[in-house]
Amino acid sequence: MSTAKVSTVRPLTFTQPKGKTSAFARQQRNWGLFFLLPWIIGFFLFQIGPILFTIFLSFTDYHGTSEFKLGNFNFVGLENYQKLFTDPQALPSMGVTLKFALIGIPLGLIVPLLFALLVNSKRLIGSSIFRTLFFLPTVIPVVAGTIIYSGVLNAQSGWINLGLKALGVADPPRWFTDPFWAGFALNLLAVWSVGNAMIILLAGLQGIPTELYEAATVDGANSIQRFFYITIPMLSPVIFYNITLGVILAFQYFVPALLIGTEVGNPQGSLLFFPLHFYRQAFVFSDFGYGSVLALVIFVITMIATGLLFFFGQRLVYYASAER
Amino acid sequence: MATIAQAETVSAARSQFLTPRTLRNIFAPILVTGLGLAVMLIFLLPLGYMLATAFKSDTQLTAQGAPQYPAQPATFNYEGKDYPLYDIPTDTGIRRLAIVHPYREDSDVVDPAHPEQGVFNVKGRWRTWTPIYSFAITWENFLAAWDEVNFPLLFRNSFILAIISTIGTLISCILVAYGFARFRIPGKNILFIILISTIVLPPQATIIPLYILFTKLGWTGSWLPLLVPAFFANAYDVFLLRQYFMGIPKELDEAAMIDGANPLRVLISVIIPQAIPAITAVTLFHFFFVWNQYFEPLVYLAGKEQLYPISVGIGAFVQTFARFPGRSAATAALTLLLPAVIFFLAQRQFMQGVVVTGVEK
Repeated sequence: MSTAKVSTVRPLTFTQPKGKTSAFARQQRNWGLFFLLPWIIGFFLFQIGPILFTIFLSFTDYHGTSEFKLGNFNFVGLENYQKLFTDPQALPSMGVTLKFALIGIPLGLIVPLLFALLVNSKRLIGSSIFRTLFFLPTVIPVVAGTIIYSGVLNAQSGWINLGLKALGVADPPRWFTDPFWAGFALNLLAVWSVGNAMIILLAGLQGIPTELYEAATVDGANSIQRFFYITIPMLSPVIFYNITLGVILAFQYFVPALLIGTEVGNPQGSLLFFPLHFYRQAFVFSDFGYGSVLALVIFVITMIATGLLFFFGQRLVYYASAER
Repeated sequence: MATIAQAETVSAARSQFLTPRTLRNIFAPILVTGLGLAVMLIFLLPLGYMLATAFKSDTQLTAQGAPQYPAQPATFNYEGKDYPLYDIPTDTGIRRLAIVHPYREDSDVVDPAHPEQGVFNVKGRWRTWTPIYSFAITWENFLAAWDEVNFPLLFRNSFILAIISTIGTLISCILVAYGFARFRIPGKNILFIILISTIVLPPQATIIPLYILFTKLGWTGSWLPLLVPAFFANAYDVFLLRQYFMGIPKELDEAAMIDGANPLRVLISVIIPQAIPAITAVTLFHFFFVWNQYFEPLVYLAGKEQLYPISVGIGAFVQTFARFPGRSAATAALTLLLPAVIFFLAQRQFMQGVVVTGVEK
């Protein structure tokens, strides 16, 4: 007796043999890569290449004053890195940057949040005008803004000090001529650029479903509780984005300091931000070797900070979309 | 005599109108808007200071006791000449008189209300008297700033740099964003993550080698180091465009492809027309970005004053503000005029662009 062999009928599926991409898929890929080409080339030419080259330079004593040829520089090993430890301005300038960041990052979060809450308020008349005006200073070029602030914070004739005197403050700060206050003055200038963050926070606020607030009110939450248990968590992605951006930008901040204090960071080095110190070493003294070390410090700190933020951010941030 | 019933009707009627809810609906907007106005006033205070200072004459800026608003000494014309008005304490009280000729311990004055009385003398030191000002704006600072700083040249430089850079950015970023949005490429996600992470890259990390490269090429001292990289796309604008492209339905793409269009054709005829809002946003953003740039032009154009964009050209005015406040303020005002005007005309696109980039994370 023969066992009946049931012929297995293969379903009529058009499966590809494994390992062979179809002509269409290849065409897709080729066209896609074609369109990505400008960025890919630019990435290697203007980003990866230069970073590697910066690392290379950090081991040389090349000075920008001579042409870049093999004879014009020497390999000096870790000498530039050792200089980092003996540089009397390395640590203080990092301190200036950190002090600025410590104040500036929270400020750059709280102020736009308050503005966004104000603009979002149903009780505000003409909120679109407010929104436009709060955003206006962000389109003002940095140099113009610095000129304006150096005027308005002028110790004698600036309106801020005149206003303070009118309010009874006997000896208002000398702002940009006082080493103690100069950094804070720059924090004030930075407040002018909160418009960007405000718009993003505003959009985030408007995206919070009102049902959440209603449910909370029904459950007896007061407005403070609603703020901390609904608004802030629902805004946490946006807040996270702002903090990350704030940290990144804080470690690159130096242009207003350069304009006001020149490259020595007057008064008395109180405005010598770390990137300004870099600028001075690299482009005033043309010390490209040591400058590269300073640049790499900025790079590494930025990478570490971003990494840490993302690591902790993933845990603390609540994403309303389910896929995270 | 009112009855209780009538009183009850009245209070019932009144409670229909003046409930605590209604009160809150009336007062709260006033309070909130008032608070908003106060905050706005302080926030834009520096702009007010800039405008006031720009329109003041140098004499007003150095004079003691001059008001904060732009003003000239108020004058009274007597017999063909203008004489400044002062509030002068006299035996008959404080009178507003015009000083015809000041001396040390007294002055010859004339009364504007009674010029027919002629010139008479009042005792007192004129420098202690309060000068009277009337509102008057002066354009001299703007004219000086325009000439001294060669504003037309700076403006032209910034403009050309911004236009060319924006064109390059648009071309390259549209192409790259299209590639990310519409094509299946192996490893595309990794490439995209790499793209995004370049936002984090500090310019300091790359500028020294780039400077060396451009010097070797002979491009330093020209605009090329600023313009050429713009033609190779940047992460921020690619991200914005890619997000937007991904929101465009594929049906039209596919219809065009069925009709035989190649991907480039699809991009030009199908995608771009539907992406005008995002393209407008990128144009605006990048234009302002270039207008605002200070670091890179400073490095690459050092010494070539003919090529300076506005930002670099006026940098010196930060230091000279104390000595030439009127001129510096006028320069700042001129610099921010174009961005402010463009911003007001294109607010909506601007702020929409900010939202797309920031919220879609």
